[in-house]
Amino acid sequence: MKDFMFIFRGPSPEDLNLTPEQGQAHMQKWFNWIGELSAKGRYVGGDPLVREGKTVKGKKPVATDGPFAEGKELLGGYVIIKAESLAEATELAFGFPDFANEGSVEIREIVKMPMSS
Amino acid sequence: MSPGETQPTQQLVDHLFRHEAGKMIAVLTRIFGIHNLELVEDTVQETFLKALQVWKFNALPDNPGAWLMQVARNKTIDLIRRQQKLADISSELQVLLLSDTENTIQQFFLDTEIADSQLRMIFTCCHPALSPEDQVALTLKTVSGFGVQEIARALVSNDAAIQKRIYRAKEYIRTSQVQFEIPSGVALAQRLEIVYTVLYLLFNEGYSSMKADELIRYDLCAEAMRLCKLLTEHKVVAQPSSFALLSLMCFQASRFESRIGEDNTIILLQDQDRSKWDKDLIALGYRFLNQSSTGDHLSVYHIESAIAAEHCLAPDFASTNWYALLRLYDYLLECKPIPIVKLNRSVILARTASVGVAIDTILDIPDIRELLNRHYIYAAVLGHLYAQAGNSTESRRLLEKAYDLTPSLAEKKLLQDKLATIH
Repeated sequence: MKDFMFIFRGPSPEDLNLTPEQGQAHMQKWFNWIGELSAKGRYVGGDPLVREGKTVKGKKPVATDGPFAEGKELLGGYVIIKAESLAEATELAFGFPDFANEGSVEIREIVKMPMSS
Repeated sequence: MSPGETQPTQQLVDHLFRHEAGKMIAVLTRIFGIHNLELVEDTVQETFLKALQVWKFNALPDNPGAWLMQVARNKTIDLIRRQQKLADISSELQVLLLSDTENTIQQFFLDTEIADSQLRMIFTCCHPALSPEDQVALTLKTVSGFGVQEIARALVSNDAAIQKRIYRAKEYIRTSQVQFEIPSGVALAQRLEIVYTVLYLLFNEGYSSMKADELIRYDLCAEAMRLCKLLTEHKVVAQPSSFALLSLMCFQASRFESRIGEDNTIILLQDQDRSKWDKDLIALGYRFLNQSSTGDHLSVYHIESAIAAEHCLAPDFASTNWYALLRLYDYLLECKPIPIVKLNRSVILARTASVGVAIDTILDIPDIRELLNRHYIYAAVLGHLYAQAGNSTESRRLLEKAYDLTPSLAEKKLLQDKLATIH
């Protein structure tokens, strides 16, 4: 099986202004999805990303604040899963709980170093 | 977790966030003061955001509630260290907080102190200067962790109106130097009466309102019971009346399922399937009623609970002890000489005396014409009694009036069915 990265974009929870009950319901959707991936033996791990960051770029590189992506463009976190193919990985991404909140999932295969022996 | 290892889907205890929100808001308010409620609510919100972020991808901590408390505690320590908002804190506490931050804060997060803070919050929300509607809305927001939309749904209001109520109540508390405390002496007894009223309102809003959806109504009843239970667990307010109110709620709640049929229709007491009454709740009701039988003060909650217990005792409607009920209603009328109690008592009179006596008793209620024109329940009850007495003209007139007066579709359906039987 190959490894794939799910890259999540969309509003962060603080933009959604959830009540405690809504927050818990939101969390439960994530538990259900990650739980399903785990049950199939496909979940490797994942992490959320802190909203604020820096970018370094340019021929004479300089550090700037940001990116200040808004709403649906905001990079929120990633998950690594196992799948047979890009098609199957894509299928698994349909369980992502935040489509209704303008969230999206980018699915990319992780290139692995060939085994050296 | 290593890849390929499976784990069962994680699940949080129902309403964990709501309940923990209430606890955290209470504890932090005790530290920072009620005038800093905004800061407190923001800090609690940040705590939840942190949980949302971290728990999504990882295994839940063993004790999620304790984890949340820990994060809130650390955020509090941070705020103190940055010496923000300290200016308004009492100087006594300030010295302690600055000299021995961690230990001082830790004391506030002990279980007994959390319960104490929650009670202070309940008492603050029930400040006598606030209107009952504002007390209810503020309690749901700060004690129960309900959001504005959820409160609006539960109380069948709209977001803007609820927002306004909460804002107004908070402004009053912030600007009037209301103390964040459990009152003592005479003030305690007075304030406790308001707390009972608010909890009973909450419960009844959930139990009786046919307007809101079933799920949120159930939540309201459960929340009222949870808060009432908090009262019975705290030494200062574990008074006989607190137990009496809790037992009343248990008896009523035991019938929650059986009084609503399919399609949200109302099933009257006489037609309910008593095997569906929740026996565990009835047993709890008796237990708390027992615990309420100390001291020499008989509250209205004692009497109302005894009335509810009397219904639970009867294996079926026919074997209801109407004479015992009448005695209880006589007591209740002494403590609470209000029209609705008179109306309910007259229904009992129809069983112990005659339908004619019941009708006469209702017609003797002061301002009965006005009441019949404004509240569907008077017209509905009197209309039913006239039907039993064989006066179909009066019965029809009153039931049709009740039909026009009630906003509830379920009540309308019930009245319509009754009208169909009258010729």
